Parts: sequence; C-alpha cells; structure tokens
Amino acid sequence: MSATATSERPPVDREHWLFLLREMLRIRRFEEKAAEMYSLGKIHGFLHLYIGEEATGVGAMQAFAPGDAIVATYREHGQALVRGIPARVLMAEMFGKATGCSRGHGGSMHFFDASRRFYGGYAIVGGGLPIAVGLALADKMQNRSNLTACYFGDGAVAEGEFHESLNLAALWKLPVVFLCENNLYAMGTALEHHQAQTNISAKAGAYGLPSNAVDGMDVLAVEAAAKQAAESVRTGNGPFLLELRTYRFRAHSMSDPDLYRPKGEIEEWRKRDPIALFEARLQQLGLLSPADLAKLEADVGAEIDDAVRFAEESPWEPADKLLDNVYGPAKP
Amino acid sequence: MTKLTYREAVRAALRKALRDDPRVFLMGEDVGGYGGAFAVSHGLLKEFGPERIRDTPLSESAFVGAGIGAALGGMRPIVEIMTVNFSLLAMDQIVNNAAALRHMSGGQFNVPMVVRVATGGGRQMAAQHSHSLEVWYAHIPGIKVLTPATVPDAYGMLLAALQESDPVFIFEHATLYPLEGELDEAAAEQMDISRAAVVRPGSDVTLITYGGTLGKTIQAADQLREMGIQAEVLDLRTLRPLDARTILTSVAKTHRAVIVDEAWRSGSFAAEISARIMEDAFDSLDAPVARVCSAEVPMPYAKHLEAAALPQTDEIVRAAQEMVPHHG
Ligand SMILES: Cc1ncc(C[n+]2csc(CCOP(=O)(O)OP(=O)(O)O)c2C)c(N)n1
Ligand SMILES: [Mg+2]
Repeated sequence: MSATATSERPPVDREHWLFLLREMLRIRRFEEKAAEMYSLGKIHGFLHLYIGEEATGVGAMQAFAPGDAIVATYREHGQALVRGIPARVLMAEMFGKATGCSRGHGGSMHFFDASRRFYGGYAIVGGGLPIAVGLALADKMQNRSNLTACYFGDGAVAEGEFHESLNLAALWKLPVVFLCENNLYAMGTALEHHQAQTNISAKAGAYGLPSNAVDGMDVLAVEAAAKQAAESVRTGNGPFLLELRTYRFRAHSMSDPDLYRPKGEIEEWRKRDPIALFEARLQQLGLLSPADLAKLEADVGAEIDDAVRFAEESPWEPADKLLDNVYGPAKP
Repeated sequence: MTKLTYREAVRAALRKALRDDPRVFLMGEDVGGYGGAFAVSHGLLKEFGPERIRDTPLSESAFVGAGIGAALGGMRPIVEIMTVNFSLLAMDQIVNNAAALRHMSGGQFNVPMVVRVATGGGRQMAAQHSHSLEVWYAHIPGIKVLTPATVPDAYGMLLAALQESDPVFIFEHATLYPLEGELDEAAAEQMDISRAAVVRPGSDVTLITYGGTLGKTIQAADQLREMGIQAEVLDLRTLRPLDARTILTSVAKTHRAVIVDEAWRSGSFAAEISARIMEDAFDSLDAPVARVCSAEVPMPYAKHLEAAALPQTDEIVRAAQEMVPHHG
C-alpha cells in the first residue's frame, strides 16, 4: 500500500514558513562552518555534510513532538540542530571538547542528547533501525503514545537490518516512522548500482506497511508527508516508511574526492537547492523581503560564530576520565 | 533448599524476575509457544502472556537491537539467543551499539539488557551449533559476561544480571541444562557475581575453568586427589569483569596452574588467564602455565571425534600430573 504523493499546498503561514527557512539556513551555515573548521584542523575524523538535504531534515522534524524519540545516522547534524540541540554544543562535540553533546566521546558521527530524546547518530549503516524498533516497543509496552523517528540513507536499504526491522516493526505494529533520506548514493555507489528495485518506498509492500515518497527538496511537501506519516503511526496503524528524495551537494565526506558522479549532475540538482527554491517562493508570495533575509542571515551567522567561539574556548575532557562511562553502577 | 535442574533454575529466575518487575520481558526465537529451544521458558507464555514472552522472527540483529532500544526506553529486556553460533548475526548490535552506547554518548545512555545464550559442544551438534565463543564477548569493554556452571549460579546470576545497568551476557552451556543441584533461593538472590569461586581447595596445583568444563575439572581434581595431588579448582563464573585476584591468590599458594577452556586454544580466554598469571604471578610459578582446550577444528559430528576434540578429564589430569614434580 502506498499513499499518494502530497501535492496540495498548506495555507500560507508566514511565521512558520520563515521558521522553516531559518532552520534550513542554520543547517547550511553550520555545515559550511564545519567544513571550514575541518580544513583548519579543528575538526577531525569523518565529517559528513548535510548540504543539499536541509529540506528533509527540517521538514520531517516538524511532525515529531518532544516526547518522540529520534534515531539518526552519522549524517545527523541537521536533525540534531532542528531537534533543538544548541549549535554550540554540537560544534564543541566536533572539536572534541568536554562541553560537547557527547562530552567529546562521539564526534561528528555520534551526537546524543538524552534530554531531547535524541538517541544518537549511528555510524554502522543500518545499525540504528533495530534500536528504533526497540524504543518504539518500549513506548508501546509502557502505554506511552510517543513514536520513534528513524532516519537512514538509501544505502541502508541494502542491509539486512533494514528488512529485519521493517518486518519486526510491522509484525508488532510498533510506532516507528522510518525515514529514508534517499540522496541517490551510498558513498560512491549510485542507487541503480546497489538496488535491484530503486523505488525504495515500494519495498514497504513486502512487509505490509504503508509508505510514501516525496520530493525531498521541497520543505513544505516533506513536512506535509511527514505529518501524514506520523498521523498514520499515531492512530495505531503500525509503522510507516517515508522516502525523502533528495541529493547531497557535497562529497560523501570530507575525505571523498567525489570522482563518481557524472559531470553536470550536481549542477542540475543545485538548481533545485531547497533553500534557494524556498526563498524564491517566499519572495514571490511577498512573504520575504531582502531585509528579512538579511536579518535572518545575520541572526544565523551570529549563532554559528558563537558556536565556534564556544567550542574554541571550551575545555578538553581530562584524560584521567578516559575510562568513565564504560560501565555504570549496578542497580539501575 | 530445593532440588532442581539447571534448566528449572533459569526458568525459576525468569519467573521471579517477570513477577517482581513489570519492566522485565523475555524475547527470542521460539521462547513462547515452543517453550524455548532448550525448554527453558516452558510454561511462561501461559503464565505471562505474549506481550512479555515474545516470540521473534529469525532476525537476531533486529531483536537484539530491539532489546537495546527497549532498554534505552526504560524496559528490562531479557533476550534469548538460541545458540552462540547464531549470536554472530547480532554481533553488530552487540559490539557497535550495546557495548558502546554509554561511552559514545558521554554517559547519557545505558543499556540494561540481559542476553542469554546457549553455548558449547558435547551433544553431537557438529560445526554450526557447538562452539564456545564466549571469549569474543569477553573481549569487549562495555558488556559483562557471566558463565554460570552450577544450579545456584543459573538462578542467582540471572537475577543479579537484571540489577546491572549495563548489557550482561549469560552463557549457558547446553550440556548443563539437565544438571541437578540444590538451590537455596534466598542465598542465591544475594550472591556476589563479581567473584570467582574456589570450588575445591587444594595446595599443589590450581585448575581454572568456567562453564561447561567445571564438571570435568572437578572429576579431574577428584582423580588427582587419589594420586596424592591436592588440586584447587576455581570456577571463574564471570569472565568480564574478571576476578583476577582470586586467580592470583590461588596461584601464589599452589605455584602451578592448568586452565581448562572448551574454546579453541589460539586466542582463547585461557590465553588471557595465562597472560595475567605471567604478568602478575610470574615469580610464584614453579612450572609453565598449561592449557587444556578444544582441538583447533570446526566441531565434528561423530561421537568419538567430538570427544577427541573437546577437553576431557584425563587430559586435565595428565596436564596437572606433569606439572607436579614427583608425580610427573
Ligand atoms: C555496515 C557498514 N558498511 C559500510 C560502511 C561505510 N559507509 C559509510 S557511509 C556509507 C554509505 C551509506 O550510504 P547511505 O545509507 O545512502 O547514506 P548517505 O551517506 O548517503 O547519507 C558507507 C558504505 C559503514 N559505515 N557501515
Ligand atoms: Mg545515500
């Protein structure tokens, strides 16, 4: 079963739309700054940027309430920011500082925040899906009405854990929204080279769960589809698979020379930049003046500057704390 | 005191945990209607219902991962994996998630999950159902590894594991399920799982073992006694965190150690114990540490071949004899 793609437009809501734009800009500027900090040697390890995919991160998160649980991947800066983890705490984490959201033990790929039910960035492709199923099971067994939002990429769809998890969640009618951010590549391998069936949302049919696919470059379409998916899950229909069709403008990670994408493909997709598109739409509707935009950019810029300053000035975790948090005390 | 089998002791602990704590539930392949591949959970479905005795699909990675998620979400899952060979399909969830989450999240999250795994050979189950891979788990910081070898431990260690705030793996050697023993429930409910047990005191040589080989090791100690060699038998009980103190204290007294381990010798837990003794008790040794382990082959099916592959009592006796000078 596959719901129809949402084409209806929600009524104009200037304040909310400007909020969506602001959130997308926060991600874009945060990621640009992260790339810069990586080049300056302030951030190390793997760094996977979300640039180009902002509409999926911002749009989908609008469907989830504070009580819902979020499970994400190593490309999770966008979700973390939109979920409300302060930019400075995320930047500090990437700097490896004690003030980071995982005290510098996680880095870019492993953001966590218990207070926001942000259950982490998982860097084993597909590894977060079973955990999302379990979080939803815990909610269901304790009669809580929360759902779990589980983000993963198109590459994860080839993993057994995707299939095991969809089956288990559907079998037990668990409240999970599976969100596949299909950016057409798993590292350097194009979708048609890793999937026999490239229509990812169609795979839900094999497990009997409802699904939908939506233009992931259109923040309003993503928001509407995610709300529809969440609504379906909240009414007790079991899990939902939502495919968000998007594209990453940058390389897979900072260490990827990006040799595998056809010339022109990136340029074509850049014409569908989710932020530029949305700005243009708001301007056309007379909802966004150049002054509004300048103000937005200035606010976001100040937030990102503060994040870098905070990360820079923050202390390192003392090395004698190395062995903390391997085990905890007994009697939970 | 009650007389019961190891299997019944695990079941009694499951029943107690399910009764005492509404957060506890059991899930795994065929734990419900079938009653568990080793009949451990027989009858529990009827008593506790399908919400708390959950049959899962054949999805080791998904249901172990779901156990992690459920633990994160406030439940106290007990996950049963039919045999250790199948646990390999869940290794990703175990190593990359269960063991790492507390540290990786800077201490924000922990995974109070218990995983029960049947392990070991001796039942002619051949090369895909008979191995002892406990050492792979004992290698991993962030999880705890228990190997109950007696009826009281089968009962008490499960209950103690549920009091932990981290993932605990309990390896139940499949030949132990029919073992009979006496259980003092009240005493077992207070047990300390962090200490190895001196099962037989002795002064000439220390025989160190865990899990399914405890019985053979005690037999060996009995035979050695008849030969005039007083062997001390240690049951490690918990592989991680390891109670090294009890080992070192014993070796300081006996000056000799034989390690009995049903796993393959290379890279075995016996190798770890041997290294610890070398590092911390070298000066008290009167002989090189000896190991009695399984032959380095995938487990064969035929009875005589399997017996030849597994550590046997006479090998333990011989290893100890060779070490004690006037009996060598
Ligand atoms: C199990 C596993 N295999 C391989 C990798 C290496 N790897 C990291 S990301 C990635 C591609 C994943 O692609 P996708 O799921 O589409 O996510 P995207 O990076 O496009 O967001 C690969 C192969 C990994 N981290 N985990
Ligand atoms: Mg991808």
